[in-house]
Amino acid sequence: MELRLAGLHHGYGEVEVLRGIDLEIPAGRIVCIVGPSGCGKSTLLRLVGGLERPARGEVVQTGEPPPGCLNPLTYIFQDFALLPWRTVEGNVRLVLEDHGFGRAETAGIVDGVLARTHLSEFRAAFPRQLSGGMKQRVAIARALAVSPAFLLMDEPLSALDAQTRELLLDDLVDLWTRERFSGVYITHNLREAVRLGHRVVLLSRRPGTVREVLEIDLPLDARAAHARELEAHRSRLWQLLRDEAHAAELELVDG
Amino acid sequence: MAERGDGGRPVAFRGGGFSPRPVGVVGPLVFVAVIAFWEAGCRAGLIPPLVLPAPSEALAALAHLVETGLLWKHLGASLQRLVAGWTLGTLLGIAVGFSIGLFSLARAGLAPVVAAIFPIPKIALLPLFVIWFGIGEGSKVATILFGTFFPTVVATYGGVDNVDRGLIRMGQSFGLSWFSIVRKIILPGALPAILPGFRISAAIAIVLLVAAEMIGAEFGVGAYILLAGSLMAMDELLAGVAILSVMGLTVNWLIARTERALLRWRA
Repeated sequence: MELRLAGLHHGYGEVEVLRGIDLEIPAGRIVCIVGPSGCGKSTLLRLVGGLERPARGEVVQTGEPPPGCLNPLTYIFQDFALLPWRTVEGNVRLVLEDHGFGRAETAGIVDGVLARTHLSEFRAAFPRQLSGGMKQRVAIARALAVSPAFLLMDEPLSALDAQTRELLLDDLVDLWTRERFSGVYITHNLREAVRLGHRVVLLSRRPGTVREVLEIDLPLDARAAHARELEAHRSRLWQLLRDEAHAAELELVDG
Repeated sequence: MAERGDGGRPVAFRGGGFSPRPVGVVGPLVFVAVIAFWEAGCRAGLIPPLVLPAPSEALAALAHLVETGLLWKHLGASLQRLVAGWTLGTLLGIAVGFSIGLFSLARAGLAPVVAAIFPIPKIALLPLFVIWFGIGEGSKVATILFGTFFPTVVATYGGVDNVDRGLIRMGQSFGLSWFSIVRKIILPGALPAILPGFRISAAIAIVLLVAAEMIGAEFGVGAYILLAGSLMAMDELLAGVAILSVMGLTVNWLIARTERALLRWRA
């Protein structure tokens, strides 16, 4: 299954947020979308997953999701979006309850994803007892539970401290190496983008348009060893982003 | 500030305070002191019995109530009205609060009506209820129902409004059904606002209970207090007031327990 964005326009009231976005999102690869603050990155992701309706243009899904997929387009949110009144296990179970599985089947899936995200020991903990990094791991486990075709990640590491971010970034690389999921990864952090993206899409400041598309051919699990090459990509992106970011900085928030 | 040998001065401490801590024995001690002082005043003849009878006399009146079995008659009648009125008012209030919180049409239609009726002291409507529902149990339960309904509606839809929209979007993004989102996300999310509303509605219910029982009731704590007042039996009146206080404390304790059980995840 693949996604194609065709001529996406969006705005809120008078403010135009996205203008004419055309983008192919292939299967089995991660597309990182970077851009200055307020360029409509997160809006774009909400359009992709159908949480918001574009003013013009469309998001088209080609091909069928793989068999066994319960929720083809699955989000991982910046603020984790865990239910504070449910335990780790309960949060994962939440997204399975509407699918009519039996008790044993549900438990099997939950056990499986908790083991894959190294959360088995924490299954009875409430979100308030967990650190930010652990909370995001729970959110990742929850997303894996529905066997998504696409993971839509909205700055998943931005609410975390630098050390946790580094650890989780490695986890995501491992996860991709094992599962080969397709992903859209929104970030304002260029280091994350070049570390995780097979393709990096740079958006301009508001109204967001595609400024540049960069293909990075290095395999994800080999990237740690090619720091120099990644740094070259990063600094090229920063050259492009810098002026946009500076200009965006000077704008009034309410336009 | 004292100079030290090395010419430096310690930085003065200026934090702290503003965080009351529990001091266990003080509460009961104040209670005992006030009652002892009051008893002593009565025994010494400083307080005339008609103005304020001694606590021991009020206690004796209470003991008399227990002996004659009248206590259970009064208390039973009152609790029945309280439980029926409060439960119905709360259930209806939660239902209406949820519809105002969830549906635009219900909000547009009902919210102004609620806002208009909420501030009316329901005691003022008591005579009207007597005409509508009769002088018996109907009017009493209706008064309590009405009094608890409105604060519950307001607390409930405030709670629903305050549920984190991010969690609702999360539910939608995982394809949860509308009903699942309401039951598993909105209801528990609104509970921290609904439960404190119970405290307010329970207090209102007790006030209205006593007021309603002062019109045409044979039994009930309110009727007992009214009768004691008209007979100038201040000891009995005080015994009745003590029963009300215990009733209020018990209700509060029950709600606190419910809150602790249901909101364990907040701790």
